[in-house]
Amino acid sequence: MGKKNLIAVLVLAIVIALFPLLVKNDYYRSIMVFVGIHAMVTVGLALLLVYAGQISLGHGAFFGIGAYTSGILTVKFAANPLLALVMGIVLVIIVAYVIGKPSLKLTGHYLAMATLGFGWLAYIFFNEQTNLTDGPSGLIGIPQLSLLGIELDTDLDYYIVVWLLLLIFLCMALNITRSRVGRALRSIGDDEIAAESLGVDTAKYKIQVFVLSAVYASIAGSMYAYYLNFVSPSDVNIFFSIRLVIMVVIGGMTNVWGALIGAAVLTIMPEVLTIFEDYDVLIFGGILVLMMIFMPKGLGSKLASLETLIQLRHSRRRS
Amino acid sequence: MTLSAQLAQYVISGITIGCIYAMVAIGFNIIFNSTGIINLAQGEFVMLGAMSMVLLSHFHIPFLLTFLISIVAVGIIGGLFQRLVIDPLRNESMIVLVFVTLGVSILLSGSVMFILGKEPYLPPAMISSQPIPFLGTAIDPQYLVVMGVTLTVVVLLTLFFEKTILGQAIKACSINRMAASLVGINPRKMIFFSFVLSAVIGAIAGIVIGPITMMEYDRGPMLCLKGFAAAVLGGLGSIHGAVLAGLMLGLLESFGAGYVSSSYKDALPLIVLLAVLFWKPTGLFGVTEEREI
Amino acid sequence: MTKLSPCIEIQQVSKKFGGLMALMEVSTQVNANEIKSIIGPNGAGKTTLFNVITGFISASSGSIMYKGICLDQKKPHQIASEGIARTFQTPRIFGNMSALENIMVGRHIRTRSGIFKAALSWPSSRKEEIEIRARSKEVVHFIGLDAKRDELAKDLTFAEQRSLEIGRCLACEPGLLLMDEPAAGLDDEEQMALADLIFKIRDGGVTILLVEHHMRLVMKVSDEVLVLNYGSKIADGTPSQIRSDERVINAYLGRKSANA
Repeated sequence: MGKKNLIAVLVLAIVIALFPLLVKNDYYRSIMVFVGIHAMVTVGLALLLVYAGQISLGHGAFFGIGAYTSGILTVKFAANPLLALVMGIVLVIIVAYVIGKPSLKLTGHYLAMATLGFGWLAYIFFNEQTNLTDGPSGLIGIPQLSLLGIELDTDLDYYIVVWLLLLIFLCMALNITRSRVGRALRSIGDDEIAAESLGVDTAKYKIQVFVLSAVYASIAGSMYAYYLNFVSPSDVNIFFSIRLVIMVVIGGMTNVWGALIGAAVLTIMPEVLTIFEDYDVLIFGGILVLMMIFMPKGLGSKLASLETLIQLRHSRRRS
Repeated sequence: MTLSAQLAQYVISGITIGCIYAMVAIGFNIIFNSTGIINLAQGEFVMLGAMSMVLLSHFHIPFLLTFLISIVAVGIIGGLFQRLVIDPLRNESMIVLVFVTLGVSILLSGSVMFILGKEPYLPPAMISSQPIPFLGTAIDPQYLVVMGVTLTVVVLLTLFFEKTILGQAIKACSINRMAASLVGINPRKMIFFSFVLSAVIGAIAGIVIGPITMMEYDRGPMLCLKGFAAAVLGGLGSIHGAVLAGLMLGLLESFGAGYVSSSYKDALPLIVLLAVLFWKPTGLFGVTEEREI
Repeated sequence: MTKLSPCIEIQQVSKKFGGLMALMEVSTQVNANEIKSIIGPNGAGKTTLFNVITGFISASSGSIMYKGICLDQKKPHQIASEGIARTFQTPRIFGNMSALENIMVGRHIRTRSGIFKAALSWPSSRKEEIEIRARSKEVVHFIGLDAKRDELAKDLTFAEQRSLEIGRCLACEPGLLLMDEPAAGLDDEEQMALADLIFKIRDGGVTILLVEHHMRLVMKVSDEVLVLNYGSKIADGTPSQIRSDERVINAYLGRKSANA
């Protein structure tokens, strides 16, 4: 994955390991669990959106499929939580493939609308299929996840598992970006026709990264369901899908790390700034508009150009 | 209830809601024709029209005046949207434009939530008279208002684009922007008018449907999706296609709610949207284009 | 492969767009290791022919054989894997990637590691990555862009972007290279350098088919010239044959002979 990325991952791992040792407060730990869960989705979404340039406004649906599959199978069919999580992955792969294949032939606005429509259909299903999902009031009584015989029940337990999963997802994503496939994705995002003319099977790579990002979202959704022991349709609606996209945007439309930062910022901020309480819709909308006007390439590139500026100054001072 | 009464009800409500989808679709088409972008905030114009009527109803002014003020206000919002947000970004990539219209739609609905809260409101109707008996059932006259207004809008628009200088100028820009600018038409001004016109049509739709279905702050996205479904079904860019497709979708939804499942009624137009996008993105009346390299 | 065996055969290819006949039963062939130019007035169908060969447009009728393989119905990336590479009228380089990375994309069809091996940092994937980088650096050197190797492609000059696009094609190790107006926007000196580059590529075993307007370049590099007008072939022969062909002179060269 490259030297810089490896160092960054190790630093992140150390910070993540130290955090619960320094911070014992359950509330702050739980915020970090949510950061991890959101980041699991945004890291995959970044590959799709930032690298391959494909807009998905419906990834909340995959998150929801993971959460609800885990919830329904454990609550209504007394399934083993780990098995239910795996079933969620299987279901999401099928759905992502079925929806993705025809959708990814579409470009720009059409793709955005198709994913928006799909996301909304999923929400309607979660809301209306009350015999399975218990409808708008949500599905309660989702059991804890057990791994290797150990049941997770504290915030710390979930923190460890979620961030371990995130680190794995992150490493995989970083490996992909630094590979032949990553370059293929970027070529698709940059100029799909030129990519095709060079032998890049654009349809294949688009669907692969779409399904991969859907799987990340599904696992994140399942973890969400087990952590809260509850899931409701309003947790996985269109606004959630859009928030995920805003996390990727605000973090930087340049690389995977930005998606991680974006997830952290947009998960922590609403907790820290209580004005978010009533105006979160306004603020998210405002962020999106302002970012597009002033920083269409996101915070990540602003940081990157800052870095270049510093390097230039530094080299000038030397000579 | 007799079969004919039931059918009459489904047909009337289907056509009525179809008129709204048609008007949203027309709004999409006008903006798409001049700019090539899909305005994800189109549904918000509808919502704003109805909400404006709600706000102004506190002032006890004649209906016609509130109607005019509302459409002017929403038209101004549409114009500001274009001037402040769309115009500066006109050279940016598709992704940026999608996101920015999305952001504005969130801003608009968020602002309304801030001012009016989350509850549904009932905007005032033009006439409040008795339901009219028809084929064994009774029709609320507001339904007829919706149909009449939609018909008027379509006729006026057709005349506008065929007979007026401004309309023809906007059309010219859609067909060939460079040629239009060479004959002295300012494309950016035409785009501005397109947005204002789209916003006004959206507002009219909201004003007439509000008294029937009520309106809440977050109705925008669903209207946007269904209106877009009508727009693509009828062939993106075609005003008359949009009307036909809108009516078809409305009838589908109405009959679907009655005979298939009322909880999934919203899903039907969405399924149509996906079907059209996947298999015939040029719509029922469009022509398949070859990719240009 | 003898010198006269055909590399690519275009057999009675027609293309209709609605009511417009962009190509009308065009037949021609390019022999292995030769350089052939396609000339003709604007709108004659030259780029359309390229788009049909490379699979971006399907022919209305007729077929194309490349080294004995039929290309009909194949998708662009499949045709590229067969060994056909192309440049575009305006360079379609990947602006947000460096010059070296652009070339590395060219190595895509000659390599294999998929998404799973990449995600898990499989040894074979890593080994392939090292090879890709090494080979790409060679190509960068070949086209003379060593100094700008790590610069973003969008920051290169127009001529450098053209060279980069050509280099990217070479990284595919094609058997046939299609070049769409490679001399457009180049001054006389740059055109001469381009001619040298074209010869160098041909000497490396690549067959070249190019669309061009600059007659001096066409006459200098071509073994054969195909002349199209309104979608039909009006002449097909050596440069000197074309020069003296009355139909060509009437349709096209007549106006150009003053500048040739």
